[in-house]
Amino acid sequence: MSTSTATRPETAVEKKSGGFTAAASNYLDERTSISAVVKEFGRKVFPDHWSFLLGEVALYSFVVILLSGTFLTFFFQASMAEVHYDGSYVPLKGVEMSAAMASTLDISFDIRGGLLMRQIHHWAALLFVASIGLHMMRIFFTGAFRKPRELNWVIGFVLFILAMAEGFTGYSLPDDLLSGNGLRIIDGMIKGIPLVGTWISFLLFGGEFPGTAIVGRLYTLHILLLPALVLLFIALHLVFVVVHKHTQFSGPGKTQQNVVGYPVLPVYAAKAGGFFFIVFGVIVLLASFFTINPIWNYGPYDPSPVSAGTQPDWYIGFADGALRLVPPHLEFVLFERTWSFNILIPLGALGLFIVLAMIYPFIEAWVTGDKREHHILDRPRNAATRTAIGAAGLTFYAGLWAAASSDIIATHFKLTMEGVIHALQFVVIAGPFIAYFITKRICLALQKKDREIVLHGYESGRIIRLPGGEYIEKHEQIDDYQRWKLVSYHDYKPLMIRPNARGKITVGQRARASLSRWFFEDRIAPPTRGEIEASHHHEDHVEIESSHQNH
Amino acid sequence: MFRTSRKPRAVRKTGRRSPLASVSLIALGLLLSGGAYALVSSSTAVADTSATTTQATVEEGEKLFQANCATCHGLDLEGSDDGPSLVGVGSAAVDFQVGTGRMPLQAQAPQAPVKPVQFTEDQVNALAQYVASIAPGPSIPEDQYLDAEGDAARGAELFRVNCAMCHNVAGAGGALTEGKYAPALTGVTPTHIYEAMLTGPQNMPVFNDANLTPEDKRDIITALKFQENSTSVGGHPLGALGPVAEGLFLWIAGMGIIVALTVWITARSN
Repeated sequence: MSTSTATRPETAVEKKSGGFTAAASNYLDERTSISAVVKEFGRKVFPDHWSFLLGEVALYSFVVILLSGTFLTFFFQASMAEVHYDGSYVPLKGVEMSAAMASTLDISFDIRGGLLMRQIHHWAALLFVASIGLHMMRIFFTGAFRKPRELNWVIGFVLFILAMAEGFTGYSLPDDLLSGNGLRIIDGMIKGIPLVGTWISFLLFGGEFPGTAIVGRLYTLHILLLPALVLLFIALHLVFVVVHKHTQFSGPGKTQQNVVGYPVLPVYAAKAGGFFFIVFGVIVLLASFFTINPIWNYGPYDPSPVSAGTQPDWYIGFADGALRLVPPHLEFVLFERTWSFNILIPLGALGLFIVLAMIYPFIEAWVTGDKREHHILDRPRNAATRTAIGAAGLTFYAGLWAAASSDIIATHFKLTMEGVIHALQFVVIAGPFIAYFITKRICLALQKKDREIVLHGYESGRIIRLPGGEYIEKHEQIDDYQRWKLVSYHDYKPLMIRPNARGKITVGQRARASLSRWFFEDRIAPPTRGEIEASHHHEDHVEIESSHQNH
Repeated sequence: MFRTSRKPRAVRKTGRRSPLASVSLIALGLLLSGGAYALVSSSTAVADTSATTTQATVEEGEKLFQANCATCHGLDLEGSDDGPSLVGVGSAAVDFQVGTGRMPLQAQAPQAPVKPVQFTEDQVNALAQYVASIAPGPSIPEDQYLDAEGDAARGAELFRVNCAMCHNVAGAGGALTEGKYAPALTGVTPTHIYEAMLTGPQNMPVFNDANLTPEDKRDIITALKFQENSTSVGGHPLGALGPVAEGLFLWIAGMGIIVALTVWITARSN
């Protein structure tokens, strides 16, 4: 940390200068005034918790994606011109395919390091979206999206959608059979939209599917527009992180006004810098040892063959699953138009799900009526209803996600496909309610346990026989640090219905009050100071042995 | 043979030799031609012993059939409520079904699974010959189509167009309705692949020689064997199941390692 003072050169004897480092810093500062920035950022404090690094994982995998993607652009040809493959992969020699597919095969087989780069790029992409997902779950379940961070949740959510778009456009570029099947599904979904669908599809593909334009267009989106948007939103996201400062879990000395942790310089910069290389390393290891997207097995795209077991990358799986779960025969002709409700219902359900998740911070703020700023995170159990809603949402998503591999589940677990589909339909429709009630009960039970521990201590396992022959188990008190964590949380109560300025109770008020009741009716009040003191007093009374070891 | 037919004519023309000579020559000629014929026919018999239709094997096959198959398929192959008629299925069908262990059926189920083969190679052959002897049908393919040395590129293309919709483009298998499935094609012998295409076992359609010529079938076998025997260039193939396996692996192994590392990085040093 203070190594710069240790290696002081001998030349700086007469003047009390700091040597080369100081001179260089001074030179820079006089020209850029960077010291103000360093002062501001160098002292920025980050709290330590493993889950706070998940967003960083996403950022680092994005950097890896940029680096490996740049390499791939040197060799990839985004063209659907027909060529006869003449590379070194024998089973495709002489086969007619697009230049995009041929150049991807060349990257894989004939360009040094090409296959490794492709695999790095693809694994990093999967990790990128996965770490965003995990990061979002952390934010949601700890309530980090509350005021003042609602907008940053929305920005993050846009990043999640952009990441999926990046993934899907990239997945389709090699023009192999698997991704072509995926594009055909997207084309079908677009065409399922009434009135405008066909027009949009023809606009997108430059004519009838597949046409000769789509790879070039997706390429432009994939390497130009979408990355620019991702970078812009990442920048915004990080600016807000700096403006809002980081949240922290409750603990002694941690308040809404401070952040307890390590400063960026030197501790966090070193940790985060090192962590970048760790993430990079993990991705390269994955890419070195595990195949991803072996397009040479799939062959070039041709609209006639559709492979069994066709699936998208995991982050598009929920959409594919929704299409698989929708019951058949929902298509009919009305007003000389085909209404494909087997497409429209999944589209609508997914759209609603995404919008609800995106605006959830505003919904919760409205329901709770809480206008305060929150920098201390909730323990998930202390916000039982929110945690239960989250569990319900995850169950819904997971059901759809699993449905994308319904056929693989069926063959590998020796089940009937219909059985798998019906079970997953149940998971998607009834599962969220079941998950909601179970999670809520578990949260409340955990809160009860916390309250019990605070008031009566934990079971020490020491059995004592009283002079009268009665046996009791000695309860030990937890220390003050642990107790702080268990008792310091907000206790919300359902909103009262109050008439507004004009003396009226509006419908909105009623709705809000009933939602608030739904949120907070079932609750375990945190123990008050009085209760804690009273219980300890009581404990002292019962105390038989004078074993007052302060621990 | 040539000589034998010419010599007697010469005898008649010149008449220089004794009558016995012509008789002995005819006898010699007959002996030679007969011996040569016996030699030729016995050499073809040696070439494909597996496909020999001798009365002995047919009779052995009949006994095996009556003991193991007749309960469902009927004593005269006429079939029953529990199994289809086998009249005209040919030796290829029997070799496939019994040779892969699918038959005898272990239970009435949507589909007969592959299981350990219940008979020796000779017994399978005997059964096949017996069934083929009742009525003609597709026979066990000839070796020239099973060498897996055709055109892999063409075979892969034919596979994508004709087979991938059920067996998956990488031959990893796939699900059908009501618990039926298209099995994975790894580890299947070229003979059985060929016979499956020829006879359409279980829920598979028949790809007869007008549909896919023997040469086409050979190319498909070549492509499958190439894929099976080539080393996976990208590292462990993760079951060749595509993005589902990749996503599962990323979430469990990839995210598992990453989360473990985040815990390690933020662990407080004591």
